[in-house]
Amino acid sequence: MSNIKLPIYLDYSATTPIDPRVAAKMAECLTIEGNFGNPASRSHSFGWTAEAAVDNARQQIADLVNADPREIVWTSGATESDNLAIKGAAHFYRKKGNHIITLKTEHKAVLDTCRQLEREGFEVTYLEPLENGLVTVDMLKAATTDQTILISVMHVNNEIGVIQDIEAIGEFTRENRIIFHVDAAQSTGKVDIDLDKLKVDLMSFCAHKTYGPKGVGALYVRRKPRVRLEAQMHGGGHERGMRSGTLATHQIVGMGECFRIAKEEMATENERIRMLRDRLYNGLKDMEEVYVNGDMEHRIAGNLNISFNFVEGESLIMALRDLAVSSGSACTSASLEPSYVLRALGRNDELAHSSIRFTIGRFTTVEEIDYTVELVRAAVEKLRDLSPLWDMYKDGVDLNSVEWVAH
Amino acid sequence: MAYSEKVLDHYENPRNVGVIEDDMSVGTGMVGAPACGDVMKLQIKVNAEGIIEDAKFKTYGCGSAIASSSLVTEWVKGKSLDEAAEIKNTHIAEELALPPVKIHCSVLAEDAIAAAIDNYRTKNQ
Repeated sequence: MSNIKLPIYLDYSATTPIDPRVAAKMAECLTIEGNFGNPASRSHSFGWTAEAAVDNARQQIADLVNADPREIVWTSGATESDNLAIKGAAHFYRKKGNHIITLKTEHKAVLDTCRQLEREGFEVTYLEPLENGLVTVDMLKAATTDQTILISVMHVNNEIGVIQDIEAIGEFTRENRIIFHVDAAQSTGKVDIDLDKLKVDLMSFCAHKTYGPKGVGALYVRRKPRVRLEAQMHGGGHERGMRSGTLATHQIVGMGECFRIAKEEMATENERIRMLRDRLYNGLKDMEEVYVNGDMEHRIAGNLNISFNFVEGESLIMALRDLAVSSGSACTSASLEPSYVLRALGRNDELAHSSIRFTIGRFTTVEEIDYTVELVRAAVEKLRDLSPLWDMYKDGVDLNSVEWVAH
Repeated sequence: MAYSEKVLDHYENPRNVGVIEDDMSVGTGMVGAPACGDVMKLQIKVNAEGIIEDAKFKTYGCGSAIASSSLVTEWVKGKSLDEAAEIKNTHIAEELALPPVKIHCSVLAEDAIAAAIDNYRTKNQ
C-alpha cells in the first residue's frame, strides 16, 4: 500500500478528472497562439478555424451515439440539456396535451424541471420503479393517458448505476407518438448508444462524467421524425435557434475529444473496470447484513452501491476519510433525509442511511481496490462494535418491533 | 463537513464503549430512532452513596453523535444523579464545538442521561 496516494478517488459518477489527452486539446483553443476565435465570426480565419474545431467535435459526439452531427445542440451541461429538452418539448407541444411521465429516481435536473412545469399547469406522474430500480414498459403504459406528450427516463441512474431498457421504452413511445427524452449523463462511454436504432427523441449528455471538462454538454434533438423545441435561452440564434450563446470552443473541443476516446476505448475499459468492481464486491459480500442497492445485472461496470446494516452512513464516511465516496445519507448536507433514490426502491431508512456508492473509473488501480476492501471491512466492524442496533440484532431483537422515541 | 478536533478525538478513541451487565444498580437509557439516523444507549452504574461510578455507551449515529455520547460518559462519572441531570445539551455542544446542524446530537445525549437516570430511579423507587 506504500505507493497508494490517499485519499483514493472512488466517486467517478460525481465527476471524473479530465483525461490528459483531452486537456492537451483544450489548451490549444485558449491563447493568441491557439484557436481562440469566435466560431460565429464569419469574416476571418480565426472564426473559420474555431468553427471547424466545433464541427469536428460535433461529429465526435455524433459518432459515439451514431447520430447525425446536425442533431447535436451544445449546452452548458446535462442540467441545461434536461431543462431544454423537457421544458422545450412541453412548451412546444402543450396544445397536444399536458401530461408528462418520469421516474422518482431521476436526477434533480429532471425532477425539478418537471416540478416547474407543474407550476405552469402541466400534470406530471412520478413513477416508482421496481425494487431493483428498473421501470417496465407496462408500468409506463399504465400511466399513459391521451394527454401524455412526454416521457423522460434516465439511461443510467447516477446513484445505483442501473441501466433502463430505453430500447423497449422507445418502441412504446414512438408507437404512441409520445416524445421520449433520455438523460444519458451517466451512460456515455459506459453503455453502447445507437440512436439510429433506439427510438429516442431527445438525449442529454455532458462531458465531465466521461473524462472531459465541466461546464459543457449537449442535447441530441432527433431530425427524423423531427422533434421541435421551444428555446429556453434567447440571443444570437446560435445552434439553429435552439440555444443561443457564444460557443465555448475549448470546452466543446474537450467534450469531442473525450467522446472520441470513449468510443475507441470503451470496450476494453469497461472490462477492466468491471474486474475491479467485482474484486471490490467479492471483498465485501461475505460480511453479514450487507445489501447491494439496485439490479446487479442491468448495471454499469463501475458502480457498486451497497448498504451496511446497523452502521450509520455519515459515521461510515467519516471512518472512510481516506476514500472519496458518496453516501446515500444526506446528513452531510444539513438535512437528515436519506437518499430519495433508495427510498423510491423501498429501502428502509436505516439501509438508505448506511449506503455507500463506490464508483470506479479510468484511473482506479487494483492496489486501490484491495486497500479499500481492507479499510471498509475494518470501519464497518469498528462501527458495529459501537452500534446498539448491532447488539440488538445479534440478540435476535426485531428492530421493527421496538417502539423508538423519534426526535 | 469539517469536524472539530474534539469530535475527531472522541470518534477515533471513543471512551467507555460497552455494556454494563444489568442489575438494580444500573440505569439504562436508549433514545433516538434508526429512521432518524441516530440511536444512543447510555448506561450508568450507581453506588450505595448515589454516585455514578461507571458509565458505558453504544451509539448508532454520525461522528458528532458518537462524540456526544462518549463525552457524557466521561462527564457523568463521579457525579450524583442530580448533578448528572444538570448536564445540558448546550454544555456538550460547546465543548465539542458542534455546528448548528449537529445540535440535535447534543440534545440526544442530554435525553440519554435523563432516560438512564429515570430508568435507575424507576427501578429503585
